[in-house]
Amino acid sequence: MASLKALKVRITSVKSTQKITKAMKMVAAAKLRRAQMAAEQGRPYAERLNDVMARLAAKVVVGPESPRLLAGSGKDQLHLIVVATSERGLAGAFNTNIVRAARKKADTLIAQGKTVRFYLIGKKGRAVIQRLFPGTIVHQVDQTHIKNVAFTDALEVARDLTTRFQNGEFDVAHLFYARFQSALVQAPTEQQIIPVSTPAAAPQASNVAAAAVEYEPDEEAILAELLPRNVAIQLFRAMLENAASEQGSRMTAMDNATRNAGDMINKLTIVYNRTRQAAITTELIEIIAGAEAL
Amino acid sequence: MANLHFELVTPEKLLRSEDVHMVVVPGTEGDFGVLAGHAPFMSVVRSGELTIYSGPNTVSGKIHVEGGFAEVNERGLTVLAEAATEQA
Repeated sequence: MASLKALKVRITSVKSTQKITKAMKMVAAAKLRRAQMAAEQGRPYAERLNDVMARLAAKVVVGPESPRLLAGSGKDQLHLIVVATSERGLAGAFNTNIVRAARKKADTLIAQGKTVRFYLIGKKGRAVIQRLFPGTIVHQVDQTHIKNVAFTDALEVARDLTTRFQNGEFDVAHLFYARFQSALVQAPTEQQIIPVSTPAAAPQASNVAAAAVEYEPDEEAILAELLPRNVAIQLFRAMLENAASEQGSRMTAMDNATRNAGDMINKLTIVYNRTRQAAITTELIEIIAGAEAL
Repeated sequence: MANLHFELVTPEKLLRSEDVHMVVVPGTEGDFGVLAGHAPFMSVVRSGELTIYSGPNTVSGKIHVEGGFAEVNERGLTVLAEAATEQA
Protein backbone atom coordinates (compact mmCIF):
# COMPACT_ATOMS: atom_id res chain seq x y z
CA MET A 1 0.00 0.00 0.00
CA ALA A 2 1.16 3.49 -0.85
CA SER A 3 2.48 5.54 2.00
CA LEU A 4 0.46 8.36 3.51
CA LYS A 5 2.88 10.89 2.12
CA ALA A 6 2.60 9.49 -1.41
CA LEU A 7 -1.20 9.53 -1.23
CA LYS A 8 -1.22 13.12 -0.06
CA VAL A 9 1.03 14.17 -2.93
CA ARG A 10 -1.21 12.32 -5.36
CA ILE A 11 -4.36 14.03 -4.08
CA THR A 12 -2.77 17.47 -4.36
CA SER A 13 -1.67 16.76 -7.91
CA VAL A 14 -5.12 15.58 -9.01
CA LYS A 15 -6.63 18.63 -7.37
CA SER A 16 -4.42 20.98 -9.34
CA THR A 17 -5.22 19.11 -12.56
CA GLN A 18 -8.88 19.52 -11.77
CA LYS A 19 -8.40 23.25 -11.37
CA ILE A 20 -6.81 23.44 -14.80
CA THR A 21 -9.51 21.42 -16.55
CA LYS A 22 -12.19 23.45 -14.82
CA ALA A 23 -10.63 26.68 -16.01
CA MET A 24 -10.29 25.29 -19.53
CA LYS A 25 -13.92 24.30 -19.52
CA MET A 26 -14.97 27.80 -18.53
CA VAL A 27 -12.77 29.40 -21.18
CA ALA A 28 -14.14 27.02 -23.80
CA ALA A 29 -17.71 27.86 -22.78
CA ALA A 30 -17.06 31.58 -23.21
CA LYS A 31 -15.32 31.05 -26.54
CA LEU A 32 -18.07 28.73 -27.69
CA ARG A 33 -20.66 31.44 -27.23
CA ARG A 34 -18.65 33.81 -29.39
CA ALA A 35 -17.88 31.19 -32.04
CA GLN A 36 -21.50 30.15 -32.19
CA MET A 37 -22.59 33.73 -32.69
CA ALA A 38 -20.07 34.16 -35.49
CA ALA A 39 -21.30 30.99 -37.15
CA GLU A 40 -24.88 32.17 -36.96
CA GLN A 41 -24.08 35.61 -38.31
CA GLY A 42 -22.34 34.05 -41.26
CA ARG A 43 -25.41 32.16 -42.29
CA PRO A 44 -27.46 34.86 -44.09
CA TYR A 45 -24.65 35.52 -46.55
CA ALA A 46 -24.17 31.87 -47.40
CA GLU A 47 -27.90 31.38 -47.81
CA ARG A 48 -28.34 34.34 -50.13
CA LEU A 49 -25.30 33.45 -52.16
CA ASN A 50 -26.73 29.97 -52.50
CA ASP A 51 -29.99 31.48 -53.76
CA VAL A 52 -28.24 33.55 -56.36
CA MET A 53 -26.04 30.65 -57.43
CA ALA A 54 -29.07 28.42 -57.88
CA ARG A 55 -30.80 30.99 -60.05
CA LEU A 56 -27.71 31.61 -62.14
CA ALA A 57 -26.86 27.96 -62.54
CA ALA A 58 -30.35 27.34 -63.85
CA LYS A 59 -29.72 29.88 -66.61
CA VAL A 60 -26.27 28.85 -67.67
CA VAL A 61 -25.87 25.59 -69.49
CA VAL A 62 -22.82 23.66 -68.36
CA GLY A 63 -20.71 23.02 -71.42
CA PRO A 64 -17.07 22.62 -72.26
CA GLU A 65 -16.67 26.41 -72.44
CA SER A 66 -18.21 27.14 -69.06
CA PRO A 67 -15.90 28.03 -66.13
CA ARG A 68 -13.77 25.14 -65.00
CA LEU A 69 -14.70 25.68 -61.39
CA LEU A 70 -18.23 24.70 -62.34
CA ALA A 71 -17.65 22.13 -65.05
CA GLY A 72 -14.57 20.54 -63.51
CA SER A 73 -11.38 19.70 -65.34
CA GLY A 74 -13.03 16.84 -67.20
CA LYS A 75 -11.02 14.28 -65.26
CA ASP A 76 -11.58 12.44 -62.03
CA GLN A 77 -8.14 11.16 -61.17
CA LEU A 78 -6.42 13.48 -58.72
CA HIS A 79 -8.40 14.03 -55.57
CA LEU A 80 -7.47 16.66 -53.06
CA ILE A 81 -8.75 16.17 -49.55
CA VAL A 82 -8.91 19.37 -47.55
CA VAL A 83 -8.93 18.53 -43.86
CA ALA A 84 -9.86 21.33 -41.51
CA THR A 85 -8.81 20.54 -37.95
CA SER A 86 -7.98 22.69 -34.96
CA GLU A 87 -4.63 24.10 -33.94
CA ARG A 88 -4.86 22.92 -30.38
CA GLY A 89 -5.53 19.59 -28.82
CA LEU A 90 -7.38 18.68 -25.63
CA ALA A 91 -10.69 18.87 -27.41
CA GLY A 92 -11.91 15.34 -26.93
CA ALA A 93 -12.43 13.35 -30.08
CA PHE A 94 -12.89 16.44 -32.24
CA ASN A 95 -9.77 16.13 -34.39
CA THR A 96 -9.80 12.35 -34.37
CA ASN A 97 -13.31 12.27 -35.78
CA ILE A 98 -12.52 14.62 -38.64
CA VAL A 99 -9.34 12.81 -39.53
CA ARG A 100 -11.08 9.47 -39.36
CA ALA A 101 -13.76 10.62 -41.80
CA ALA A 102 -11.09 11.94 -44.15
CA ARG A 103 -9.14 8.71 -43.86
CA LYS A 104 -12.15 6.62 -44.77
CA LYS A 105 -12.73 8.73 -47.86
CA ALA A 106 -9.07 8.49 -48.83
CA ASP A 107 -9.11 4.72 -48.44
CA THR A 108 -12.18 4.42 -50.68
CA LEU A 109 -10.65 6.66 -53.30
CA ILE A 110 -7.36 4.80 -53.27
CA ALA A 111 -9.23 1.52 -53.57
CA GLN A 112 -10.83 2.95 -56.71
CA GLY A 113 -7.40 3.61 -58.10
CA LYS A 114 -7.44 7.39 -57.66
CA THR A 115 -4.55 9.49 -56.51
CA VAL A 116 -5.13 11.25 -53.23
CA ARG A 117 -3.40 14.34 -51.92
CA PHE A 118 -3.97 16.13 -48.65
CA TYR A 119 -4.30 19.82 -47.94
CA LEU A 120 -4.38 20.59 -44.25
CA ILE A 121 -5.91 23.51 -42.46
CA GLY A 122 -4.77 23.42 -38.86
CA LYS A 123 -1.94 21.27 -37.60
CA LYS A 124 -3.71 18.63 -35.55
CA GLY A 125 -4.38 16.23 -38.39
CA ARG A 126 -0.83 16.24 -39.65
CA ALA A 127 0.74 13.51 -37.53
CA VAL A 128 -1.85 10.87 -38.34
CA ILE A 129 -2.06 11.61 -42.04
CA GLN A 130 1.70 11.80 -42.34
CA ARG A 131 1.96 8.35 -40.81
CA LEU A 132 -0.85 6.71 -42.80
CA PHE A 133 -0.32 8.39 -46.15
CA PRO A 134 3.32 9.44 -46.16
CA GLY A 135 4.35 12.07 -48.67
CA THR A 136 0.84 13.03 -49.74
CA ILE A 137 0.52 16.31 -47.89
CA VAL A 138 0.83 19.12 -50.41
CA HIS A 139 0.34 22.04 -48.11
CA GLN A 140 -0.53 22.99 -44.57
CA VAL A 141 -2.17 26.23 -43.58
CA ASP A 142 -1.01 27.52 -40.26
CA GLN A 143 -3.71 29.25 -38.28
CA THR A 144 -2.03 29.41 -34.91
CA HIS A 145 -1.92 33.18 -34.99
CA ILE A 146 -5.60 33.57 -35.82
CA LYS A 147 -7.85 34.23 -32.87
CA ASN A 148 -11.18 34.75 -34.56
CA VAL A 149 -11.56 33.45 -38.08
CA ALA A 150 -12.06 36.32 -40.51
CA PHE A 151 -13.31 36.07 -44.05
CA THR A 152 -9.95 37.21 -45.38
CA ASP A 153 -8.34 34.08 -43.92
CA ALA A 154 -10.76 31.88 -45.81
CA LEU A 155 -10.27 33.98 -48.92
CA GLU A 156 -6.52 33.36 -48.85
CA VAL A 157 -6.99 29.62 -48.64
CA ALA A 158 -9.62 29.71 -51.37
CA ARG A 159 -7.30 31.67 -53.68
CA ASP A 160 -4.53 29.18 -53.10
CA LEU A 161 -6.87 26.28 -53.82
CA THR A 162 -8.27 27.89 -56.95
CA THR A 163 -4.78 28.57 -58.29
CA ARG A 164 -3.74 25.00 -57.65
CA PHE A 165 -6.87 23.84 -59.43
CA GLN A 166 -6.21 26.07 -62.44
CA ASN A 167 -2.66 24.69 -62.57
CA GLY A 168 -4.11 21.22 -62.80
CA GLU A 169 -2.76 20.04 -59.45
CA PHE A 170 -6.03 18.26 -58.74
CA ASP A 171 -9.38 17.49 -60.34
CA VAL A 172 -11.74 17.23 -57.40
CA ALA A 173 -11.50 18.72 -53.92
CA HIS A 174 -13.34 17.44 -50.88
CA LEU A 175 -13.56 19.38 -47.66
CA PHE A 176 -13.75 17.75 -44.26
CA TYR A 177 -14.82 19.62 -41.16
CA ALA A 178 -17.06 19.20 -38.15
CA ARG A 179 -20.51 20.69 -38.45
CA PHE A 180 -21.69 22.22 -35.22
CA GLN A 181 -24.99 20.80 -34.04
CA SER A 182 -24.81 21.49 -30.33
CA ALA A 183 -22.19 21.71 -27.62
CA LEU A 184 -22.49 17.95 -27.30
CA VAL A 185 -22.80 16.91 -30.93
CA GLN A 186 -20.40 17.80 -33.71
CA ALA A 187 -20.82 15.81 -36.87
CA PRO A 188 -17.81 15.29 -39.12
CA THR A 189 -18.98 16.41 -42.54
CA GLU A 190 -17.78 15.91 -46.07
CA GLN A 191 -18.42 18.41 -48.81
CA GLN A 192 -17.25 18.69 -52.38
CA ILE A 193 -15.98 22.21 -52.97
CA ILE A 194 -14.34 21.96 -56.40
CA PRO A 195 -15.93 21.64 -58.89
CA VAL A 196 -18.77 23.56 -57.33
CA SER A 197 -21.79 21.39 -56.85
CA THR A 198 -24.67 23.49 -58.09
CA PRO A 199 -27.21 24.04 -55.35
CA ALA A 200 -30.72 22.86 -56.08
CA ALA A 201 -32.94 25.66 -57.34
CA ALA A 202 -35.18 27.15 -54.71
CA PRO A 203 -38.84 26.16 -54.93
CA GLN A 204 -40.00 29.68 -55.84
CA ALA A 205 -37.50 29.80 -58.69
CA SER A 206 -40.21 29.27 -61.31
CA ASN A 207 -41.96 32.60 -60.83
CA VAL A 208 -38.68 34.42 -60.36
CA ALA A 209 -37.38 33.07 -63.61
CA ALA A 210 -40.58 34.30 -65.25
CA ALA A 211 -39.55 37.90 -64.62
CA ALA A 212 -36.81 38.86 -67.03
CA VAL A 213 -33.74 39.51 -64.95
CA GLU A 214 -31.20 41.90 -66.32
CA TYR A 215 -27.58 40.97 -65.84
CA GLU A 216 -24.69 43.36 -65.75
CA PRO A 217 -22.24 42.12 -67.04
CA ASP A 218 -23.73 38.97 -68.58
CA GLU A 219 -24.57 35.71 -66.78
CA GLU A 220 -21.29 34.00 -67.60
CA ALA A 221 -19.20 36.90 -66.32
CA ILE A 222 -21.18 37.05 -63.11
CA LEU A 223 -20.89 33.33 -62.65
CA ALA A 224 -17.16 33.46 -63.25
CA GLU A 225 -16.94 36.16 -60.60
CA LEU A 226 -19.15 34.26 -58.24
CA LEU A 227 -17.60 30.81 -58.36
CA PRO A 228 -14.29 31.56 -56.62
CA ARG A 229 -16.24 33.53 -54.06
CA ASN A 230 -18.44 30.55 -53.46
CA VAL A 231 -15.38 28.42 -52.71
CA ALA A 232 -14.22 31.03 -50.22
CA ILE A 233 -17.61 31.17 -48.58
CA GLN A 234 -17.84 27.42 -48.22
CA LEU A 235 -14.41 27.40 -46.63
CA PHE A 236 -15.28 30.28 -44.37
CA ARG A 237 -18.42 28.53 -43.23
CA ALA A 238 -16.49 25.36 -42.57
CA MET A 239 -13.94 27.29 -40.54
CA LEU A 240 -16.62 28.99 -38.48
CA GLU A 241 -18.45 25.74 -37.87
CA ASN A 242 -15.16 24.12 -37.00
CA ALA A 243 -14.28 26.83 -34.51
CA ALA A 244 -17.62 26.43 -32.76
CA SER A 245 -17.35 22.65 -32.82
CA GLU A 246 -13.85 22.72 -31.40
CA GLN A 247 -14.90 24.81 -28.43
CA GLY A 248 -18.01 22.71 -27.88
CA SER A 249 -16.01 19.53 -27.99
CA ARG A 250 -13.38 20.95 -25.65
CA MET A 251 -16.01 22.10 -23.22
CA THR A 252 -17.53 18.63 -23.01
CA ALA A 253 -14.15 16.94 -22.76
CA MET A 254 -13.00 19.26 -19.99
CA ASP A 255 -16.27 18.86 -18.14
CA ASN A 256 -15.74 15.09 -18.17
CA ALA A 257 -12.14 15.51 -17.08
CA THR A 258 -13.18 17.72 -14.17
CA ARG A 259 -15.75 15.18 -13.08
CA ASN A 260 -13.28 12.32 -13.34
CA ALA A 261 -10.78 14.24 -11.28
CA GLY A 262 -13.46 14.79 -8.64
CA ASP A 263 -14.20 11.05 -8.50
CA MET A 264 -10.53 10.27 -8.26
CA ILE A 265 -10.03 12.71 -5.40
CA ASN A 266 -12.90 11.10 -3.50
CA LYS A 267 -11.46 7.63 -3.98
CA LEU A 268 -7.98 8.70 -3.01
CA THR A 269 -9.28 10.48 0.08
CA ILE A 270 -11.00 7.30 1.22
CA VAL A 271 -7.83 5.29 0.70
CA TYR A 272 -5.87 7.97 2.53
CA ASN A 273 -8.21 7.92 5.52
CA ARG A 274 -8.19 4.12 5.67
CA THR A 275 -4.43 4.00 5.55
CA ARG A 276 -4.17 6.59 8.30
CA GLN A 277 -6.63 4.65 10.47
CA ALA A 278 -4.71 1.44 9.85
CA ALA A 279 -1.48 3.11 10.90
CA ILE A 280 -3.08 4.40 14.13
CA THR A 281 -4.53 0.97 14.91
CA THR A 282 -1.18 -0.71 14.35
CA GLU A 283 0.50 1.77 16.66
CA LEU A 284 -2.10 1.21 19.38
CA ILE A 285 -1.72 -2.56 19.15
CA GLU A 286 2.00 -2.19 19.48
CA ILE A 287 1.66 -0.03 22.59
CA ILE A 288 -0.87 -2.37 24.20
CA ALA A 289 1.20 -5.42 23.38
CA GLY A 290 4.26 -3.70 24.81
CA ALA A 291 2.39 -2.83 28.06
CA GLU A 292 1.11 -6.39 28.46
CA ALA A 293 4.58 -7.82 28.05
CA LEU A 294 5.82 -5.87 31.05
CA MET B 1 -44.34 55.64 -52.55
CA ALA B 2 -43.43 52.32 -51.09
CA ASN B 3 -40.03 51.92 -49.59
CA LEU B 4 -37.25 49.73 -50.85
CA HIS B 5 -36.19 46.87 -48.66
CA PHE B 6 -32.42 46.94 -48.49
CA GLU B 7 -30.10 44.28 -47.11
CA LEU B 8 -26.35 44.50 -46.87
CA VAL B 9 -24.68 41.21 -46.00
CA THR B 10 -21.02 40.44 -45.45
CA PRO B 11 -19.66 36.95 -44.78
CA GLU B 12 -19.21 37.94 -41.17
CA LYS B 13 -22.70 39.25 -40.55
CA LEU B 14 -25.91 40.82 -41.73
CA LEU B 15 -24.91 44.47 -41.61
CA ARG B 16 -28.13 46.21 -42.64
CA SER B 17 -31.69 45.15 -43.10
CA GLU B 18 -33.99 48.13 -43.38
CA ASP B 19 -36.49 50.00 -45.53
CA VAL B 20 -35.00 52.94 -47.36
CA HIS B 21 -35.89 55.31 -50.15
CA MET B 22 -33.01 54.64 -52.51
CA VAL B 23 -29.59 53.04 -52.58
CA VAL B 24 -26.81 53.95 -54.99
CA VAL B 25 -24.57 50.96 -55.62
CA PRO B 26 -21.14 51.07 -57.28
CA GLY B 27 -21.48 48.48 -60.04
CA THR B 28 -18.58 47.30 -62.19
CA GLU B 29 -20.21 48.91 -65.19
CA GLY B 30 -21.13 52.12 -63.45
CA ASP B 31 -23.02 53.26 -60.38
CA PHE B 32 -26.70 52.56 -60.30
CA GLY B 33 -29.50 53.73 -58.06
CA VAL B 34 -32.20 51.38 -56.93
CA LEU B 35 -35.65 52.62 -55.97
CA ALA B 36 -38.65 50.58 -54.92
CA GLY B 37 -40.18 48.65 -57.78
CA HIS B 38 -36.93 48.32 -59.68
CA ALA B 39 -36.84 45.66 -62.38
CA PRO B 40 -35.08 42.39 -61.46
CA PHE B 41 -31.39 42.98 -61.87
CA MET B 42 -28.04 41.43 -61.00
CA SER B 43 -24.69 43.09 -61.04
CA VAL B 44 -21.16 42.65 -59.80
CA VAL B 45 -20.10 45.35 -57.37
CA ARG B 46 -16.72 47.02 -57.48
CA SER B 47 -14.96 48.47 -54.46
CA GLY B 48 -16.42 51.85 -53.71
CA GLU B 49 -18.95 53.85 -51.82
CA LEU B 50 -22.51 52.71 -51.36
CA THR B 51 -24.90 55.54 -50.54
CA ILE B 52 -28.17 55.07 -48.73
CA TYR B 53 -30.97 57.64 -49.09
CA SER B 54 -33.69 57.64 -46.46
CA GLY B 55 -35.63 60.32 -48.35
CA PRO B 56 -35.49 61.89 -51.84
CA ASN B 57 -32.79 64.32 -50.76
CA THR B 58 -31.49 62.96 -47.50
CA VAL B 59 -28.44 60.75 -47.35
CA SER B 60 -28.72 58.55 -44.30
CA GLY B 61 -25.47 56.68 -44.60
CA LYS B 62 -22.45 55.88 -46.67
CA ILE B 63 -20.81 52.51 -46.57
CA HIS B 64 -17.57 51.54 -48.19
CA VAL B 65 -17.93 48.12 -49.77
CA GLU B 66 -15.18 45.96 -51.16
CA GLY B 67 -16.21 43.84 -54.08
CA GLY B 68 -19.26 41.71 -54.12
CA PHE B 69 -22.52 41.29 -55.76
CA ALA B 70 -25.91 43.02 -55.88
CA GLU B 71 -29.27 41.51 -56.62
CA VAL B 72 -32.60 43.24 -57.10
CA ASN B 73 -35.70 41.10 -56.99
CA GLU B 74 -39.34 41.53 -56.06
CA ARG B 75 -38.39 41.48 -52.37
CA GLY B 76 -35.90 44.32 -52.63
CA LEU B 77 -32.20 44.91 -52.96
CA THR B 78 -29.60 42.56 -51.53
CA VAL B 79 -25.93 43.48 -51.58
CA LEU B 80 -23.48 40.68 -50.85
CA ALA B 81 -20.24 42.46 -50.07
CA GLU B 82 -16.92 40.86 -49.34
CA ALA B 83 -16.18 43.50 -46.74
CA ALA B 84 -17.95 46.66 -45.65
CA THR B 85 -16.95 49.54 -43.43
CA GLU B 86 -19.35 52.20 -42.25
CA GLN B 87 -18.35 55.75 -43.13
CA ALA B 88 -18.85 58.55 -40.64
